[in-house]
Amino acid sequence: MSEPEPEPVPGITSSLEELEAAVREGRASGDPERLLALVPYARFLGLGCTREGERLVVRMRYAPSLIGDATIPALHGGTLAGLLEATASFHALFVSEVTGMPKTISLTIDYLRSARAVDTFAEATVVRQGRRFVVLTVSAYQDDRHKPVAMANVKLKVG
Amino acid sequence: MWSDEMAAQVDNAWRDLVPHNAAIGIEVVRIRVGEVWTRLRWAPALVGNPATGVIHGGALSTLLDASGGLAVATRLGRPSPIATLDLRIDYMRAAERGKDILVRMECYAARRSVAFVRGVAYHDDESDPIATCAATFARKGERGDGKERP
Repeated sequence: MSEPEPEPVPGITSSLEELEAAVREGRASGDPERLLALVPYARFLGLGCTREGERLVVRMRYAPSLIGDATIPALHGGTLAGLLEATASFHALFVSEVTGMPKTISLTIDYLRSARAVDTFAEATVVRQGRRFVVLTVSAYQDDRHKPVAMANVKLKVG
Repeated sequence: MWSDEMAAQVDNAWRDLVPHNAAIGIEVVRIRVGEVWTRLRWAPALVGNPATGVIHGGALSTLLDASGGLAVATRLGRPSPIATLDLRIDYMRAAERGKDILVRMECYAARRSVAFVRGVAYHDDESDPIATCAATFARKGERGDGKERP
């Protein structure tokens, strides 16, 4: 293995045009679900999106495969990192409406509480938006929005 | 205590105790006290950008977090639970479609209640990194005596 294949893989890879169309459609309809459906890792984590005005909430549906410590049980810190980073990108695409596809430059995560075996939600806030970079803070929580399980500072390159 | 043979044992333990490491397919390549090498195989389900086939950052974060925890574990005198306190990742370049990602992670300090790691993710050559990482881990159930910091 390990040889990059240029051809699209059905169900996995899409053309850039398809991807851009999904972004445009998500912006027009206010529903980013079609883009999420194109991202295999988003499906793998069980991510879903709801949009309420300027608020974009991403949900990670609980599944046993997300567990990182079976003795507690607690979600894997990596699943929270994935949720936080994906939320930052979706927020940049659908709320900030950046032109380029966001690329993560850096990501700093504070783990604040043990994340239990239930659904987890995440929301991002833009701290600074420039032409080339967007800086966001992202909060992940479970039952109580005011008691985050993890917070991230994410720097995206968008131009 | 830690040796190359331990790598297979850790892989097996992860299957039961850390289901998500097994779910994304993290493998332990090599392990010794204070330093571990791990691998994540490219898999269609982990793709984050469907136009390029590049693996999502979340999968790489999971690999780095898991590798950090394992590096800390090699420095503990006896098994004790650990939890990630914080994790920072800097991306130097995109990972390539179809290629395995390797990580070398080092636990350079393990104090009574906190342990510190740093690591690098790469494809073939560590001097051409995809990302670097720094993280801290809490040793749960270990209480400081008030004299040692942190």
